[in-house]
Amino acid sequence: MHGGKIKRGYTRPLDLKNGHIEMNHGSGGRVMTQLIEQLFLAAFDNDFLRQRNDQACFSCTSGRMVIATDSHVITPLFFPGGNIGSLSVHGTINDVVMSGARPQYLAASFILEEGFPLADLKRIVDAMAQAARAAGVPIITGDTKVVERGSGDGVFITTTGIGMVPEGIHISGENAKPGDKILLSGTLGDHGIAVMSLRENLSFHTHIESDSASLHDLVATMIVTVPDIHVLRDPTRGGLATALNEIAHQSAVGMMLYEEKLPIRQQVSAACEFLGLDPLYVANEGKLIALCAPDDADQLLAAMRSHPLGSQAAIIGEVIEDSHCFVQMETRFGGKRVVDWLSGEQLPRIC
Amino acid sequence: MKYIDEFRDGNVARRIATNIAAEVNPHRSYHLMEFCGGHTHAISRYGIADLLPDNVRMIHGPGCPVCVLPVGRIEYAIQLAQIPHLILCSYGDMLRIPTASGMSLQKIKAQGADVRIVYSCADAVSVAQRNPDRPVVFLAIGFETTTPPTAVAIKQAHALGLTNFSVFCNHVLTPSAISHILQSPEVRQLGLMSLDGFIGPAHVSTVIGSRPYEYFAEEFQKPVVIAGFEPLDVMQAILMLIRQLNEGRAEVENEFTRAVLPEGNVKAQLLVAEVFELRRVFEWRGLGLVPYSALRIKSCYAGFDAEQCFQIPMTSIADNKACECGAILRGVKRPQDCKIFGTVCTPENPIGSCMVSSEGACAAHYSYGRFRDASPVVKVN
Repeated sequence: MHGGKIKRGYTRPLDLKNGHIEMNHGSGGRVMTQLIEQLFLAAFDNDFLRQRNDQACFSCTSGRMVIATDSHVITPLFFPGGNIGSLSVHGTINDVVMSGARPQYLAASFILEEGFPLADLKRIVDAMAQAARAAGVPIITGDTKVVERGSGDGVFITTTGIGMVPEGIHISGENAKPGDKILLSGTLGDHGIAVMSLRENLSFHTHIESDSASLHDLVATMIVTVPDIHVLRDPTRGGLATALNEIAHQSAVGMMLYEEKLPIRQQVSAACEFLGLDPLYVANEGKLIALCAPDDADQLLAAMRSHPLGSQAAIIGEVIEDSHCFVQMETRFGGKRVVDWLSGEQLPRIC
Repeated sequence: MKYIDEFRDGNVARRIATNIAAEVNPHRSYHLMEFCGGHTHAISRYGIADLLPDNVRMIHGPGCPVCVLPVGRIEYAIQLAQIPHLILCSYGDMLRIPTASGMSLQKIKAQGADVRIVYSCADAVSVAQRNPDRPVVFLAIGFETTTPPTAVAIKQAHALGLTNFSVFCNHVLTPSAISHILQSPEVRQLGLMSLDGFIGPAHVSTVIGSRPYEYFAEEFQKPVVIAGFEPLDVMQAILMLIRQLNEGRAEVENEFTRAVLPEGNVKAQLLVAEVFELRRVFEWRGLGLVPYSALRIKSCYAGFDAEQCFQIPMTSIADNKACECGAILRGVKRPQDCKIFGTVCTPENPIGSCMVSSEGACAAHYSYGRFRDASPVVKVN
């Protein structure tokens, strides 16, 4: 017997240019570790991930904490102004901050479809890392699973975020009171139209970019100015109409919107017009609705407008008493109508 | 937005509303039917009823292509979709219409049938090109507006030599439906329903022109004003109808001059005539059997006619008894007169077809106008 050195096995680096996701990327073996280290860890790099545990352990101060989770399944994965990666970070951070909380950490879980190009995955992961870094919210734990070709749609990403609520802040959907003013941070429908413009059977040319953005800083600015904000909500899927109907039901109030006050880009109006959609129901990913007492409204509006993500903010309506919890709108035309829950998907008119 | 905002200007609307209020005769009422779902939608979405005097009543007509399709033909489409390997392409609204047994294309799709939403029938032709070994059927519905594109698709499929593409044709004709309403016993004999004039179709008229309406104006002495789908178009048309009625005139007037010519779109008409021919009779939901009111594919294009390609018996199925869609489509009842409106029948669980499409009278009233049925809202300043 002669003792010798055991040669370190050579592992070919992950082919991030031409490679594809294979079933063994999710099998728990060396190939999976390689994917995690060379792609996810390299991009998200932080002390928690470097420990290579299945969980992240952190200490926290006493107080109220917030947790929110969001699954992202979008088509197409890449769109003007972002991709599923940046969206999955912004979406969850925004869910956390709509409670007034400061976001602290994120967890990310990936379901990858066999055959998905690694180059695309890298673009997505890089966008996530960049979005998380820009927001100062590290991704500290995660998981990866691979499903057979045909059992997924490229990439599904679930992110979970936690945050700390500052002392004295009590923001919740049930706090709307008759008389409250309804503020919106900017233009409606940009994300939905940007994504729709790329759908296979619709494709049309537009310069509209998704508004996907993390709203933590805007919210922090708003809270400093008006700590007694009653409700915050980001009007994502289902748009402004759905978010306001949810709040109206949570708080058992009605709402009156003023159509002429709604900020909508001309390109978005035009796209909605020819697609037969209503911009009130189109998704946003970087906008928020705020409800506050009427005396605070002007101050809150000024604070929102002072922030780049709220420069086009507007007071768009008010909360009214209504046992039916209808969200109504005074149309630019001079009449009134219900702004109802969306039923099914929005569909273009036939005739 | 140019060419759009001008037709949604609130100040102009208020001026027209003032004129209407000044010109209506307070001693009579005006019952005006807007034939098209597009007008119904505009009236509800912009709150036009709020701008009209109490004695001007809008009656919603049957011009919603999704609403008028009888359940038997939906059932036929469902059976088509269940043929192994077949791909059924449809406009999105059709998927949610329930049959008597509560089945729908959407439910069949969830159970594994290949039902695809398309935005135009040209997309269905592309689906057929991409799937040469599978039969592809386009569920064609609609009035004269959607018929020319279907004709184009059939001619295109013919030129491409496609043998796996066919059309389940349900195209219907507007003028025969209007005649049928005017000749219905409720209007003619029983006097159950007052009907003083029509807002004529917008998009349909761009194809067929304004001439086909001259017969109604003349024969039934009912004024017709063809109007665009924008809210100011509708307001202006109401004013024009009131003027005609006050002056005792019954003429065809064209408010939608920016798009409608007296002769219509002749090229489109010729295309339709090349591919389609009149059906002797066709069943409409709410109106029953209406003679010469629909089109079928000509025998020279029989290979593209799904009804010829697939031997499925066509049956007539009665509507749910509680559903008043029939009476609502004829203008005899309003959505809120139906017992199941907003209770059993909602946009999420439609029983009748008028609750399915956004152009349907029930869906429009439910989505935009039902606060009017509730107690007055208290506004807090």
